[in-house]
Amino acid sequence: MTRLSFANADNDAGLMTVAVPILPSQQLAALSGAYRAAVARKRIRSTVAAAVFLAALVIAAVGAEVDLRTFVTKIGNFVSYFDRILTLESGARVWTDIGEWLWGWRKWSLLLGETILISYVGTLSGAMLAFALNFLAAENTAPAPWLRFAVKRLMEFCRTVPDIVFALIFVIAFGLGPTAGVLAIAIHSIGALGKQYSEIVENIDMKPVEGVRSTGASWISCMRFAVLPQVAAGFAGYTLLRFEINVRGASVMGFVGAGGIGQELVVAIRKFYYSDVSAILLMIILTVFVIDIGTGWARGRLFGKDARA
Amino acid sequence: MTRLPAPNSEGLRARYPAVFNRPVSARLATPAMLLGAVGIFVFGLVDLEFSPARMLAGLHQLGWITLMMIPPDPGSSLPAYLVALGETLSIALLGTTIAAIFALPVSLLAARNIVPSNIFRFPVRRFLDSIRGVDTLIWALVWINVVGLGPFAGVLAIAVSDFGAFGKLFSEAIEAADRNQVEGIRASGGNALHEIRFGLMPQVLPVIAGQVLYFIESNTRSATIIGIVGAGGIGLQLAEQIRVLEWQKVSFLILMILVAVAAIDWISGKLRFAIIGRRAVV
Repeated sequence: MTRLSFANADNDAGLMTVAVPILPSQQLAALSGAYRAAVARKRIRSTVAAAVFLAALVIAAVGAEVDLRTFVTKIGNFVSYFDRILTLESGARVWTDIGEWLWGWRKWSLLLGETILISYVGTLSGAMLAFALNFLAAENTAPAPWLRFAVKRLMEFCRTVPDIVFALIFVIAFGLGPTAGVLAIAIHSIGALGKQYSEIVENIDMKPVEGVRSTGASWISCMRFAVLPQVAAGFAGYTLLRFEINVRGASVMGFVGAGGIGQELVVAIRKFYYSDVSAILLMIILTVFVIDIGTGWARGRLFGKDARA
Repeated sequence: MTRLPAPNSEGLRARYPAVFNRPVSARLATPAMLLGAVGIFVFGLVDLEFSPARMLAGLHQLGWITLMMIPPDPGSSLPAYLVALGETLSIALLGTTIAAIFALPVSLLAARNIVPSNIFRFPVRRFLDSIRGVDTLIWALVWINVVGLGPFAGVLAIAVSDFGAFGKLFSEAIEAADRNQVEGIRASGGNALHEIRFGLMPQVLPVIAGQVLYFIESNTRSATIIGIVGAGGIGLQLAEQIRVLEWQKVSFLILMILVAVAAIDWISGKLRFAIIGRRAVV
C-alpha cells in the first residue's frame, strides 16, 4: 500500500513529469489504517460467505453420491465414448464414409420435421392461450384482483412442472405419439409465455388505454385498440424465442414416447449403435443452429438490428 | 356548424403514393404470412394425429387421472422422497457450480474485448453453441453410459450443458464491461492478467454471480427431469410412480417439486438482491 500516493487531482495532468507529493507518514498511516479496516470487514464477510458456500457444496457432494474415484477411473470412458460414436462399425472414422454414417438420413429428417412441427404447433397453441390469459394477469389490465391471482398461480403451475413430466402423464392419457408432446409443450408455453407477455403489458404506456376508455369502449376494445398495438412486436419476439427453446425440448420428447427424433436417439444410445448416436446428434445440432439463426433473423427484422432481445 | 373544407384527396394521394397506392405484394404480405402460419398449424394438427375423438377420449382419461390424484398422499415413502429431493437440490447446486468454474476461463476466450482475433474466438463460440444444442437429458444419457446410473451422472450432465450456456452468458457480460477501468490498470503498469483480475473481474463478478444463482434456480427444475432417464433425484421417483399409475403419490411429488422450486426461488432472489443490489436482475 505504500506505493499508493495520494496525489492532488489538480496535479494529475503533470503526473508523468512532476514528482508526486507524498503525505506525511502519520496522516498516511491513519488513512491506510482506515482503508485496511474497511477492507477487512468486507474480506471477513466474503470469507464467511465462501465458507458457507463450500460447506453447502460438500453436503451437496455427499448428497449427490459424488465419487471422484469412479470419476477418475471412468473419465477415460467419456473420451473414448466420443471416440466410439465417431467410429463406424467397419472401424473407419465416420467422416470417411458419409453415406454409411448418415444411412438413415431420410427417416431422421422426417422425424426432425416432426420434432419441429411438434414445437411449432405446441408453441402456437400455447401462445394463443397465453395471449388470451395474459391480459387477465397483468397488473394494469386485470379486470379483478382475484382473477389476476388465480391466473398467475395457474401460469406458475404450468411453467414450474417440467414439460417432460406433463408429457409422461399425457402419454398415459392420450396414448403414445406426438399428440402428448404437443400438449405438453403447449401447457409449458402457456406458463412461460403468459408470464413474459404480462410483463410486457405491465410496461406499456397507459395513456392510449385512457383515450380509448374515454370513448366508452369495452374492456375488450381497450385491449384490442390501445394495448395490442404497443405489445405486438414484443409478443412476437418472445414467441420466437420460445419456439427456439421448444425445438430443443421437443427433441427429447421421444424419450418418454411423445414423438419426434428423441425416440430414435434414446434407442441408439441404449443399444450402443454408436455411429447412429453421433449422426442423430449432428442432425439435431444442425437443426437447432438453423432454427436459432432463422428466429434470430426474424427477431432482427422485428426489432431492428440493435435491439435484439 | 361550419363544414370543414373537403380535403384535397387527389393531391394527398399524389403526394403519398407509399400510403395510398401500396403495391399488391406489400398489402398481401401480412395476410399471406398469417395464412401460411395457420396452414402449417392445420397441417401439423393433421400430421400429428390430432382428432376430436382422440382429444375427447384423452381429456376424459385426464379428468379421471386428476380425480385420482386427489388427495396427494405419499403413502409410506415420504422419507425416501425427501432424500430424493435432497439429491435433486444437490445435483442442481453442484452441477451449476462446476459449470460456472469451468466456464469462466473459457468465456474469457470467447469475449471480443479479450480475444480480438475472430479466428481464435470463432471455434470457441461454435464449441459452446454445439454443447448448448444438445439437451440436458441427452447429456444425462451419455454420462450414465460413462459413470453409471445415479445422481453423479446427473451432476455431470447439468455441469456440461450449463457449461455451454454459461460460456455464452459470461462472455456477453465481459463484453459489456466498461473499458475505462481496464485502461486504468494498464496505465498504472499492470499486465494482461492484472487487467483481467483488477479491471474486469470486479465489474463482471456480480453479474456472473446473479446469473449463477438464477441457473441454480432453473436447474432445480432441470434436475427433476434428468431423473426420468435414470440420473437420480426426485424425477426417478416421479417417473416410476407415473409408470405404476400411483396417482396420489405422483401429485404429492409434483407438489414437493413446486414447493422446492418456490423455496429456491425465494432464497436466490434474496441472495441476488444482496449481491447486485436493487438493479435489474438478469
